[in-house]
Amino acid sequence: MQYMLAVYGDERAAESVPREQMTEIINAYMAYTKALQDAKVLVGSNRLRPTSAATTVRTVDGQTKVLDGPFAETKEQLGGYYLIDVPDLDAALNWAKRCPGARYGSIEVRPIWVM
Amino acid sequence: MTNATPAHRAAERAARQSYGKLVAYLAARTGDVAAAEDGLADAFAAALANWPTRGVPRAPEAWLLAAARRRMIDMARRRRTREAAADGLLLSVEEAAEGMDPEDVPDWRLRLMFACAHPAIDAAVRGPLILQTVLGLDAATIAAAFLTAPAAMSQRLVRAKRRIRDTGIPFRLPERAEVPARLDAALEAIYAAFGAGWPEPRGLDARRQGLLDEAVWLGHVVAGLLPEEPEVLGLLALMLYAGARRAARRNAEGDYVPLSEQDSALWDAAAIDEAERLLQRASSLGRIGRFQLEAAVQSVHAARRISGRTDWHAILDLYDGLLELTRSPVVAINRAVALSETVGSARGLAALEELAGDPRMVAYQPYWAARADLLARLGRRTMADAAYAQAILLEPDTAVRRFLEQQRARVRQNLA
Repeated sequence: MQYMLAVYGDERAAESVPREQMTEIINAYMAYTKALQDAKVLVGSNRLRPTSAATTVRTVDGQTKVLDGPFAETKEQLGGYYLIDVPDLDAALNWAKRCPGARYGSIEVRPIWVM
Repeated sequence: MTNATPAHRAAERAARQSYGKLVAYLAARTGDVAAAEDGLADAFAAALANWPTRGVPRAPEAWLLAAARRRMIDMARRRRTREAAADGLLLSVEEAAEGMDPEDVPDWRLRLMFACAHPAIDAAVRGPLILQTVLGLDAATIAAAFLTAPAAMSQRLVRAKRRIRDTGIPFRLPERAEVPARLDAALEAIYAAFGAGWPEPRGLDARRQGLLDEAVWLGHVVAGLLPEEPEVLGLLALMLYAGARRAARRNAEGDYVPLSEQDSALWDAAAIDEAERLLQRASSLGRIGRFQLEAAVQSVHAARRISGRTDWHAILDLYDGLLELTRSPVVAINRAVALSETVGSARGLAALEELAGDPRMVAYQPYWAARADLLARLGRRTMADAAYAQAILLEPDTAVRRFLEQQRARVRQNLA
């Protein structure tokens, strides 16, 4: 089964992280990504620019509105994702636990809806 | 089943014994509990229509499995037009028969039980889910055991099954480190099954009659799997103690005999001895818990067969500990009874009245039975009469109902 591990965290808090610690976090993510690749479970992954770079589009009654900013203001924001292919939820949860993002925010594990 | 023929009953029994095993097997192979249940429901209907006239087949499980598979394949084909995921189900249903000895369906009930107890499932629905899938209880019976409304319970069960399927919860035995987190729900479910089988309403529901034995059997299986878990041993001991008194709970006329009036010579000594051994081993492991305390209460009751008396002070101490641990209203009721035996009925009633504001008590029979008894002892007959009326209304077992009616008649005699 494929699962998306959606990495959520507080963008504002991330802004004030000292440079040294940031290097540490990035290294942890690189090691994690490599572990996923080595285990041959990684389908795809991306880091997202912060919600300050988000633009939201919505069409109501044929009228399209474009708004600057994210869809909703939340305490934690989606900062990136991993798409993995593993046998079951337990395997997905084990990978989620190892994700560095779990220490700074939370990882939402969602199965892919096969159409 | 009042007009059931012996053939019909044999068919029902064979079907019931296979239910949990077949749900577990089909659900584990497909990941879809609801589809397994639906398929089996059809298979059972066909069996009950066929077997009484043609006889129970030589390999009943294989027969049921084949019928359930046919139905599941039909359903998956129909769904296929809407969802590609049905392809996976179709494939796994078809695979479910390959390479399997048709007369020996593997017993995966424990895997099913631990899938239902998965941390990704809402904690409140784990126990009920186990009861429905492993033991085949209906939502109304489960709702009663968990003091919930049937409609709400059935909705929660449907949602939980969909969640197992959609999130891909695996059907496997947990590893050592995962056990404690999943064990609570499993033990709670086994105990609830035992409780639901306890009144043994004869002839009403064939599936419920054997529940007591199935709960004890599940307890043995889990204890075999986890011999170092004191609460597992405690639960098994608790069930053995209570089960040991089964023969003494009815007299020759089939009337209900309350614990205090039971002839202890009728208790099953071998079962009590086994329970004592289990409880001792549990306490030697040094981790106290709810089921060990409950079993200890039963151990005090069982001691009457030797000492001829019941040590209510010891029982009160145990219920104090239990109440602190569980905050359960059921424990609070039993503690109130122990209070009335040690300090006096007035104190017992006062403790019971603290529960009166809990909305779950309105339809909870043991609350009204205890209340009626304490009010009667205190000579408050009008209120006792009303409480008996409520207890009788809520009691499903006819023998117990008859007993309560006699108690009520005694109170009414003194009313005039």
